[in-house]
Amino acid sequence: MASQQTKIMAVVAVLAALAIVIPNTNSFVILLATRALAFSILVMSLDILLGFTGLPSLGQAAYLGVGAYLTAILATKFQFGLGYDFWVVVVLGILAGAALAAIFGLLAIRASGVYFLMITLALGQCVWGLAYRWNSLTGGDNGINLRTRPKFGIDLAHDVTFFYLVFGFFVVSLLAMYVLVRSPFGRSLAGIRERELRMKILGYNTWLHKYIAFVIAGGFGGLSGVLWAHTAGIVSPENVVLTTSVDALLMAVLGGAGTLVGGVIGAFIVFGLREYLSTLVPWWQYVLGGVYVATILYLPGGVMGIPERIRQWRAVSGRAERQ
Amino acid sequence: MRDEEAVNTQFWVIQTFNGVSYGALLFLVGSGLSLIFGVMRIVNLAHGSYFLLGGYVALSVIWTTGSWLLAIPVAASSIALVGLLMERFFLRPLGFDPLRQVLLTVGFAFLFQQAALDIWTGNNFNINPPDALTKSIVVGGIYFPLYRAFMIATALTIGLILWLVMEKTRMGAAVRATVDDAQMARGVGVDTSRISMFIFALGAFLAALGGVIGGAFLGIYPGLDFEILPLAFAVVIIGGMGSLGGAAIGALLVGLADNFGKALFPEISYFTLYAPMALILAVKPTGLFGRE
Repeated sequence: MASQQTKIMAVVAVLAALAIVIPNTNSFVILLATRALAFSILVMSLDILLGFTGLPSLGQAAYLGVGAYLTAILATKFQFGLGYDFWVVVVLGILAGAALAAIFGLLAIRASGVYFLMITLALGQCVWGLAYRWNSLTGGDNGINLRTRPKFGIDLAHDVTFFYLVFGFFVVSLLAMYVLVRSPFGRSLAGIRERELRMKILGYNTWLHKYIAFVIAGGFGGLSGVLWAHTAGIVSPENVVLTTSVDALLMAVLGGAGTLVGGVIGAFIVFGLREYLSTLVPWWQYVLGGVYVATILYLPGGVMGIPERIRQWRAVSGRAERQ
Repeated sequence: MRDEEAVNTQFWVIQTFNGVSYGALLFLVGSGLSLIFGVMRIVNLAHGSYFLLGGYVALSVIWTTGSWLLAIPVAASSIALVGLLMERFFLRPLGFDPLRQVLLTVGFAFLFQQAALDIWTGNNFNINPPDALTKSIVVGGIYFPLYRAFMIATALTIGLILWLVMEKTRMGAAVRATVDDAQMARGVGVDTSRISMFIFALGAFLAALGGVIGGAFLGIYPGLDFEILPLAFAVVIIGGMGSLGGAAIGALLVGLADNFGKALFPEISYFTLYAPMALILAVKPTGLFGRE
């Protein structure tokens, strides 16, 4: 069992490598990595619910959507958030995501398991319906194009500069969520995931714990939306549709639920397959679907669970040899 | 004044008729989804894919044989076989683990999407029913498309057959017992594994049937799978999971809400559909007519 310290060192090393290697590649890879990082924040926030609290949400794209639409509407209709006021938009995006989660959480938290999945799906569809149909505000099916990225001292239109900004937000989010899941609050969330009744009997207000986790996840979702809007340069119903929520869920499971960084690996694998492989072969979606199916059937712990699987397999074969 | 009133009545009558016929289509998709959930506690996210694949297979049959009538059973049965194989070889081995099973159905939805794109290209198609069904009947000066009446009739027939099977046969009793308490049903000797297989295939059959019939006025195109899926969920949630009568009422409500929502307040029409659904779930997680 690798100690916690070695794991942290490994994550830091990978992050440092990313920060050094990515800017020296071509613009295609830089943009791909930026997208994956921005989306990773959403996937990690979902992992707080799925992996650490045991709440499988199927409507997480709604929070990304709120942050993204807020950014796009402020930028195109009010020319707001394109200078130093970008930081105000960041705060507003987080607050909007958290506020939406605060409303949705009131409805959703009572349910658990598959019912939680269904109700978050319904809530996510509400947001999608508004994005898709409310033409005067959201541009309907066409979405909203953002013509420029913010400029404040540094010019974010420059892809490498923008990559570092998203990278910075990503690292801060990862750190914040890591602290959260390691805190006593995070420990009680794990307790709820394992056995909610016992936590209730011990005197924990489990509803409130789950609700707060839901709101925090919404806030990070909003942040990821703000970054996503400027990364993609367009915000459309595509960003809040059911399949985007499903993507986030599958990325978390693919990487390994309950590990935070697993979701990031999942995001990089999926974005890599989808955007890189699709330029090479027309049947890339078979690979993606196949990877999902194989992961769920044979690797319940996701990519992060591979070392554990190898150890188990070695232990079993070792015992077989001795006999 | 009198004219305006007549136009007004006409609007309501036509919209209601359209809503009911759309509800008939949604019943075909939703009832299967509801039964699958009731028996296996699986949220089948590949259900929209069955609908779409049903439409595509029907197209192929029509292109090769020219028979629309033949396309219906062939499409529905072949998709039922797909569902049966999926249940037996992929969902079953996972045992009782709803989350992983749900995720697995998504993986399949993506695979089906790609397969459909490869086989039937990304073009929009229409399934053309025989000429006899494309006429309109005039009642009280209002034109009613005969095809929509046919959809209602089909849903009624299927609903009646399903109801008879569920209420009057031994098999139906076993299904109902499994919905109520799978463990108990196993305890008294019901083969729930076989029931699951049967229900999953039946659900796929009904969804594909919906695809063939709905393809005539929705069209058949990539992306339809994930457009119809949330609507089917709305039917199941409003109606209550695992309840056939509930699915009928849910389908009717969703069909009407969707039609009137789009006609009366287009900007928030989907919101008016999904917000009540979320509220119902929040108050009663098992749906309006679902059993605890």
